[in-house]
Amino acid sequence: MAVVVRPAAAPPLIPGAIASFLRARRLVQRNAMVYRHTWIVIVSGFFEPLFYLLGIGYGLGTIVGTLPLPDGRIITYAAFVAPALLAQSTMNGAISETIFNVFFKLNFEKTYDAILATPLGITDIALGELMWALIRATIYAAAFVAVMLAMGLLISPWAILALPASLLASIAFCSAGLEVTTYLRTVQDFDLPFGLVIMPMFLFSGTFFPISVYPPIIQIVVQFTPLYHAIAMLRGLTIGLVDWTMLVHVGYLVVFAAIGMFVARRRLATKLVK
Amino acid sequence: MLDGRPALGRMIPALTAGTISAPMTTTPDVLIRARALTKQFGALTAVDGVDFDVHVGEAFGFLGPNGAGKTSTMRMIACSSPMSSGELSVVGMNPTKQGAQIKARLGVVPQIDNLDAELTVLENLLMYARYFDIPGESARARAAELLDFVQLTDRANDQVEPLSGGMKRRLTIARALINEPELILLDEPTTGLDPQARHLVWDRLYRLKSRGVTLVITTHYMDEAEQLCDRLVVMDHAKIVAEGSPRELIERYSTREVLELRLTDATRASLNGRLDSVAERVEDLPDRILLYAADGEQALEKIHAQQIPIESALVRRSTLEDVFLRLTGRTLIE
Ligand SMILES: Nc1ncnc2c1ncn2[C@@H]1O[C@H](COP(=O)(O)OP(=O)(O)O)[C@@H](O)[C@H]1O
Ligand SMILES: [Mg+2]
Repeated sequence: MAVVVRPAAAPPLIPGAIASFLRARRLVQRNAMVYRHTWIVIVSGFFEPLFYLLGIGYGLGTIVGTLPLPDGRIITYAAFVAPALLAQSTMNGAISETIFNVFFKLNFEKTYDAILATPLGITDIALGELMWALIRATIYAAAFVAVMLAMGLLISPWAILALPASLLASIAFCSAGLEVTTYLRTVQDFDLPFGLVIMPMFLFSGTFFPISVYPPIIQIVVQFTPLYHAIAMLRGLTIGLVDWTMLVHVGYLVVFAAIGMFVARRRLATKLVK
Repeated sequence: MLDGRPALGRMIPALTAGTISAPMTTTPDVLIRARALTKQFGALTAVDGVDFDVHVGEAFGFLGPNGAGKTSTMRMIACSSPMSSGELSVVGMNPTKQGAQIKARLGVVPQIDNLDAELTVLENLLMYARYFDIPGESARARAAELLDFVQLTDRANDQVEPLSGGMKRRLTIARALINEPELILLDEPTTGLDPQARHLVWDRLYRLKSRGVTLVITTHYMDEAEQLCDRLVVMDHAKIVAEGSPRELIERYSTREVLELRLTDATRASLNGRLDSVAERVEDLPDRILLYAADGEQALEKIHAQQIPIESALVRRSTLEDVFLRLTGRTLIE
């Protein structure tokens, strides 16, 4: 009888985390392959925060004028708004991938079922999608930081940390996005996170004016949102107001990201493994 | 041949010691071993304590109606679905602990095609190759070879969605072969295909079989089981009710021939068991009566002798359908 036998795959010699990273990068390659056909979608995502910057930062800025800082310096309104839009641009990238794209792959296209028949597992898929979303969010962040640099909106040496800090913010947004997606069952379910969480968060997290204008109760609510912390962190760096509260923002985002990843991984497993 | 692996047409006919790396729980020529394998979905038992062995190089079938538990069994073998209880060993390894290593050596054709709709035909193969860590150059060579094998070379750069059902199925089969698996799981490979598309799939599966690849096939088509399977188990209500080669099963559970009679309702009402003496066994189906006899023509003559008016009569050989009817009292496809 003719028999086909090949040597078994080599036993894993590499530590688990690295092996998982190596497998997870396949998801990144898969998404990159998809975007070879539709790269314009990625490019277009960069423009929304840019338009806000031009329209509101400079447009509205001419009416608002300049803002005094606690340390006596005076900055333009554009310099105040720009770091918030940097945070928003990373959030946009994160959401497009981890909410929209993952939702369709998970529920309609059954992409992950096919991948789970290969040596990749749930953790690899979750990590891979996270990595890809991070790449996209970081491209937006880097492009926006470049715009800020060109327009003279990085007014402090601390701004050198803006990009690593936006990477941290992206991790938090991507993990949260993945987590939220595992709870969405239908396209109608999108209305809830978008209408009641993401949009208000974008408007009220200190994006266009300091949260001190709100009554205390609202201020407290706002301080629970990840976008608030991302904006406060990035703004502190780009305008050069750095104090111990930065550690609170970083700590919040780290914990928020960790919870998001943990829940997303668990939820994906219950959705995909039956 | 670029990475030193044998090409599809030139696979090595050898089974050497040491090819199975993990702790051996099976004899070398048993690729899948299941004992009391069970799958529960909440209160529902989809697979209820089944035992079977699949040997190297054979085409092994699960024949059974919808809901029998075939897919659930396949998904456990494919390490896509954790078993609820029992024992399972696939290519000598434990699916619970060594899923990734097992999956590296399997080819899986799921019941419902799950091709990547965002990629082209060729990209589907190239991407799948990457999931299996097949280097780029050999992946391209392999993909080209497989597209040729399933006759999709001219559609290589097309999107997946406009392909016909048969083409998608063939692409799914090609995808399952990208890692040169020694074992291929095919869940209803031809359900929903027209006869021509079906025969093309069958032909490709024959070729794989003749190259020594082990096939595990589920089907609710008895002709498919007869055509493709060396050995099969009949599944019904989550259990295995019989096991053997198609021929053995027919010999054991049926007669050589079957006489199919169609009678008017009035005739049927007035039979009063008169057919019982004509055949070894009589099955009353809603639309026809099946008479099981070694010699169908002879049975028909006896009926003519009794002057029973017949609308139509057909003598045929017994099939697995008859085996199933005998074992369960029901037909495979309602
Ligand atoms: N994910 C699931 N959740 C709950 N029940 C399931 C699930 N998958 C299959 N079943 C049930 O298990 C039984 C066997 O199904 P299946 O293995 O798909 O049978 P077959 O492939 O033979 O048609 C059916 O009653 C089916 O409804
Ligand atoms: Mg099935």
